[in-house]
Amino acid sequence: MLETDLAIVGAGPAGLAAALEAANRGSNVIILERDEWLGGQLIKQTHQFFGSKNEFAGMRGVDIASHFTELVEQEKKIKVFKGATALGYYEDGVLTAAYKRGMLKIKPRTLLIAAGALEKMIPFINNDLPGVYGAGAVQTLMNVYGIAPGERVLMVGAGNIGLIVSYQLMQAGIEVEAIIEAAPQVGGYWVHASKIRRMGVPIKTRHTILKARGTREVEGAQICEIDENWDPLPGTEKEVSVDTICLAVGLSPMVELLWQAGCQMQLSPHLGGYVPVRNGNLETTVEGVFIAGDVAGIEEATSAILEGQLAGLAAAQKIGFEVEEEKIQSIKANLKTLRAGPVGEHIRQGLAGVER
Amino acid sequence: MLKNNGVPSREELTEVKPSRERLQQGPVVIVECIQEIPCDPCYYACPRGAFYPFSDINSKPEIDYDKCNGCSICIANCPGLAVFVVDFTYSEEEGLLQIPYELTPLPEKGEEVVTLNRSGEEIGTGRVVKVLNTKKQDRTAIVSVAVPKEILMEARHIKLRREGQ
Amino acid sequence: MRIKNHPIISFVEKKEVNFRFDGKNLRGQAGEPIAAALHNAGIKVLRHSPRHNRPRGFFCAIGNCSSCLMVVDGKPNVKICVTPLQEGMRVEYQEGKGDIDAGN
Ligand code: SF4
Ligand code: SF4
Repeated sequence: MLETDLAIVGAGPAGLAAALEAANRGSNVIILERDEWLGGQLIKQTHQFFGSKNEFAGMRGVDIASHFTELVEQEKKIKVFKGATALGYYEDGVLTAAYKRGMLKIKPRTLLIAAGALEKMIPFINNDLPGVYGAGAVQTLMNVYGIAPGERVLMVGAGNIGLIVSYQLMQAGIEVEAIIEAAPQVGGYWVHASKIRRMGVPIKTRHTILKARGTREVEGAQICEIDENWDPLPGTEKEVSVDTICLAVGLSPMVELLWQAGCQMQLSPHLGGYVPVRNGNLETTVEGVFIAGDVAGIEEATSAILEGQLAGLAAAQKIGFEVEEEKIQSIKANLKTLRAGPVGEHIRQGLAGVER
Repeated sequence: MLKNNGVPSREELTEVKPSRERLQQGPVVIVECIQEIPCDPCYYACPRGAFYPFSDINSKPEIDYDKCNGCSICIANCPGLAVFVVDFTYSEEEGLLQIPYELTPLPEKGEEVVTLNRSGEEIGTGRVVKVLNTKKQDRTAIVSVAVPKEILMEARHIKLRREGQ
Repeated sequence: MRIKNHPIISFVEKKEVNFRFDGKNLRGQAGEPIAAALHNAGIKVLRHSPRHNRPRGFFCAIGNCSSCLMVVDGKPNVKICVTPLQEGMRVEYQEGKGDIDAGN
């Protein structure tokens, strides 16, 4: 049995930021990461980040990942297990993980779950055909492994992910037929929309996909317009010739471990699905179990980093390490300003329903 | 309209247009960022303090055009690729457009390119005058294109005419 | 198809390795996921659904969705989107749910 002050599940932006803050205050930290690398989904973000200059704005996600990775690997108080999949957290305070064909058992004094998110799927005919990929998969394939997912792509979803991945596809020399979006408006930042529009990619709002064409692989798609009730408008069907359909229709928090650990959960459509009820320090209803990043509600990497810092400090404070209250307050204030604008409204609403 | 299809309308664009007089005085920045989003690197990028301080990170950038000399430093610092510099004084017929460019291959000096408007429609041609891609720009190149003055406020992207492009 | 030129990313070329897929010899790069090497070789169908026999590819590419389970070196239910390719690997289609003891 391994013992530690803080165990962290997930080495994405939230987990790494938390580890650094907690270690900095004296905590011993164990990080469990399912992948063989650190940085989570940051490693495929080739675009410059938004957010404030203080939180790495202007840096590319992939560079933020290497920056964090380097810091974490230098820090002696942090021990990282790569290729370790957390399995469960039990009444006796033991966390288990599958690791190298065996099992790790850890007894942490505090636990942070920063497991990230899952891609959502939408129903349409043949949505299981090879060539229908999640936006994250497309990013992984092209930005991490350097392989073109296809030659011509239909993007479904005009939120930030759909817009950004479309741009990245064009950067990789892959054509984007169109971006379709069921809502009447572009959900992502308009600057992202503008930059792919001027490259000639149409954005069709109030459109949906009816079916993927093809028998073994995607050979095309049928799209159509929808009315105010989101029902397809007969007669507006259109065929597009693509070999890849990329779904960027949202993420849901990966909360299985939190259910299993017995945390009180609540459905919050604004935050992407079921999320744990938490206090202002990101502690769940199971004492000593904290959350940060997309498991706490789907948001951007910048807020994941801030939440990670907050949870890392709060966890350290909980078990007696010295943490200046001003530091905690200033992170909370940063999070608040980040979410203060119109694009943060759904987050504010979501949080209002799950914070106790 | 931006929110419906990503293309700013005339009204939306008037918000980000320097005065006619200022445009005639030489190079000046055009910041086509018309939505309150949590972002502020442009403010920190300008060495001349041409961006008014943000009241909070969600504020839209506002510019003191008299402080801006069109140096173009802010172009590569905007993650939204929303910053351009235009110069109506470049020559008798032509104006100079500076745009961020993150595609490969980069255009070359002297190359004739197709100019695209904000909807991606081809609206003419232009001549590449300079390509800047320093380490500090972190892989966002700045391409300067000489274009007819009539399209200087319309052209916002370029397409190379090379084989296979 | 491999992306050759990219404005932002410089892909480091890794060692080429040989592997066998469904009786054919293929090449890929050492350490990349098996799914990446197969996709590069134009192979998108990785599995057939057990009940309706529908073709399946990967969906998430990060080991969440289990849409890419194959038999690797005799071991079934391998998520090939997160399993690094090695020289001489044998990759095969999986029939049904796979024997849990096989290959262990
Ligand atoms: S062009 Fe130069 S002077 Fe003008 S706003 Fe940008 S950085 Fe400042
Ligand atoms: S950096 Fe660009 S996207 Fe961000 S606020 Fe400034 S102009 Fe807008």
